[in-house]
Amino acid sequence: MSKEQTSNKELIRLKDLVMEFDGERILDGINLYFNDHEFLTLLGPSGCGKTTTLRIIGGFLTPTSGDVLFDGKCINDEPPYKRQINTVFQRYALFPHLNVFDNIAFGLKVAKLPKDEIQARVHEILDIVGLQGFEHRHIDKLSGGQQQRVAIARALVNRPKVLLLDEPLAALDLRLRKDMQNELKRIQQAMGITFIYVTHDQEEALSMSDTVVVMDKGRIQQIGKPEDIYNEPKNAFVADFIGESNILDGVMLEDYKVKFFGRTFKCLDAGFEKNEPVDVVIRPEDIDFVPPEEGHLIGTVTSVTFKGLNYDIIVDFKGFKWLIQTTDHQPEGATVGIRLNPEDIHVMHKSEYSGMFGDYSSYSAEYDELTEDAADEEE
Amino acid sequence: MRKANRIITILIFIFLYAPMAVLILASFNTGKDITQFEGFTFMRYVEVFQDRSLLTLLGNSLIISILSSAIATVFGTFSAVGIQRLGPKMRKTVMGLTNIPMTNPDIVTGISLSLLFVFVGSKMLGQRNSLTFWTLLIAHITFNLPYVILNVMPKLQQMDNSLVEAAMDLGCTPTQSFFKVTLPEIMPGIISGAIMSFTMSLDDFVISYFVTGLDFITLPVEIYNYTKKQLQPKIYAMFTMLFLLIFVLMVVMNLLQLRQEKADRARKGG
Repeated sequence: MSKEQTSNKELIRLKDLVMEFDGERILDGINLYFNDHEFLTLLGPSGCGKTTTLRIIGGFLTPTSGDVLFDGKCINDEPPYKRQINTVFQRYALFPHLNVFDNIAFGLKVAKLPKDEIQARVHEILDIVGLQGFEHRHIDKLSGGQQQRVAIARALVNRPKVLLLDEPLAALDLRLRKDMQNELKRIQQAMGITFIYVTHDQEEALSMSDTVVVMDKGRIQQIGKPEDIYNEPKNAFVADFIGESNILDGVMLEDYKVKFFGRTFKCLDAGFEKNEPVDVVIRPEDIDFVPPEEGHLIGTVTSVTFKGLNYDIIVDFKGFKWLIQTTDHQPEGATVGIRLNPEDIHVMHKSEYSGMFGDYSSYSAEYDELTEDAADEEE
Repeated sequence: MRKANRIITILIFIFLYAPMAVLILASFNTGKDITQFEGFTFMRYVEVFQDRSLLTLLGNSLIISILSSAIATVFGTFSAVGIQRLGPKMRKTVMGLTNIPMTNPDIVTGISLSLLFVFVGSKMLGQRNSLTFWTLLIAHITFNLPYVILNVMPKLQQMDNSLVEAAMDLGCTPTQSFFKVTLPEIMPGIISGAIMSFTMSLDDFVISYFVTGLDFITLPVEIYNYTKKQLQPKIYAMFTMLFLLIFVLMVVMNLLQLRQEKADRARKGG
């Protein structure tokens, strides 16, 4: 699997990384490279191996097998304090017995830099993260967002080649999280440092990253630019994890022709076997209603939920329920038609995830589950 | 009901502190008979500081308790760090073994230590007097260790492990991160462990009685010898001062704990 090569040179490469813990396989053969100046996000549900990957890069875990290369050199046995990598920890891990200045200056003091240089560099970084005047503040007296900034400053002041961020915004409320997303992107561009970012929040991943790596079950599911991941998901897992998707069973008759629901549709996909069974993805926001007589498919509206920007409408097509996101209101029980244009249809190879996602038959229940999960992650 | 509670509380406090009150009162009495208060005087306190042998004994006690608590604090802290790094099963076993000596009757600990010292000293090293200052010191360190470990362990367990990782991430070797991050974090536990073992050591009579030689006697041991004769009133003055010293140490320890709890609450609330 390859991602689009940018002009920057390669900085870190993970080769056949395997991590086992108590006989359980956490990472199952990770191959990945990180370019200089890149903002790369490891995205996946909890337990997918993203944090383990990050901790191996940071030097806090040694892989069961496989190599970590930094600038072409294997650094498997190099302890964290010898790596040109710094970390922003999930719960900040600020030193409670030190004030803001001493927290940020910690790494520089360990490196025994001259006093005036430490002063200058701490003030420079306080400027960048917007915490001027907070030097002598005690850590306990800072808000969550301010502590977050101190944690970022404490890592960046050492001018690492790579900054690792382990769900750094998970503990912040929604509003602050949005602000910090922009802030992080700005800091990354201003300092020109490689950011490796771990999150389970797909929106966060899409809006900040140059490259997104979607992980599940200790394996990489897809690598690509945010747009490509969203528009061209590689399997049912990615399609479901990134945004909402209707996923249907289909058969690829020949190039550019796919059959599902007993009808043949034109599509933009090619390179499949003749009559290969496939998964067909249709994004809820790509579907428009037409009068029933003009529709490719005809169904019945079973539920309508107002979402602010749009309506989430569930339509029953021959017992299979689709989610459709539209600004066009339809009453419950209405008979509607839909047309599918070739660019609305995306065809994927069958995978181990086929049949597990993309059915909205239990729509409301799934929504509840999702919000519960989100609440758990906040804890 | 509330009134009854209050009365009971007052009664308990009287019961707990009455002996000390009687002692303090006796230390200011001009007469020798504790059943009769004849007049108020500071003379007893002056006598304490004029009695060279009593001061030597007090000095001995302070030397032993400061040395033994200091050594026990260092060893105990490192032991706690080591125990913390064991697996959960092993940790439980070791903690159990550490706690047993604390519940062991002092007289059993004293006699068994004495037997051990005599055996090692005379049988293996061929000494004539195997009980000395050093056996006393070793005995005090031994019974102080569990108190230090018991005070330091909870602090280590409360500590966020990512703090040590953060220190290493910022360039500290494991040793540096211990001194720069772990030590300041667990300091309150170390201090209360040190104070507790100092007081345990200062007032220990039973164990000291069995393990000390004739060349180095501590205050509690010698006072026990005094009681066989007539107890001099200046001893009351000495006791009053000891009581106040320990009382102050305990107040300091409690204040430290209160401040720590307040800081912890603030951290969680923030």
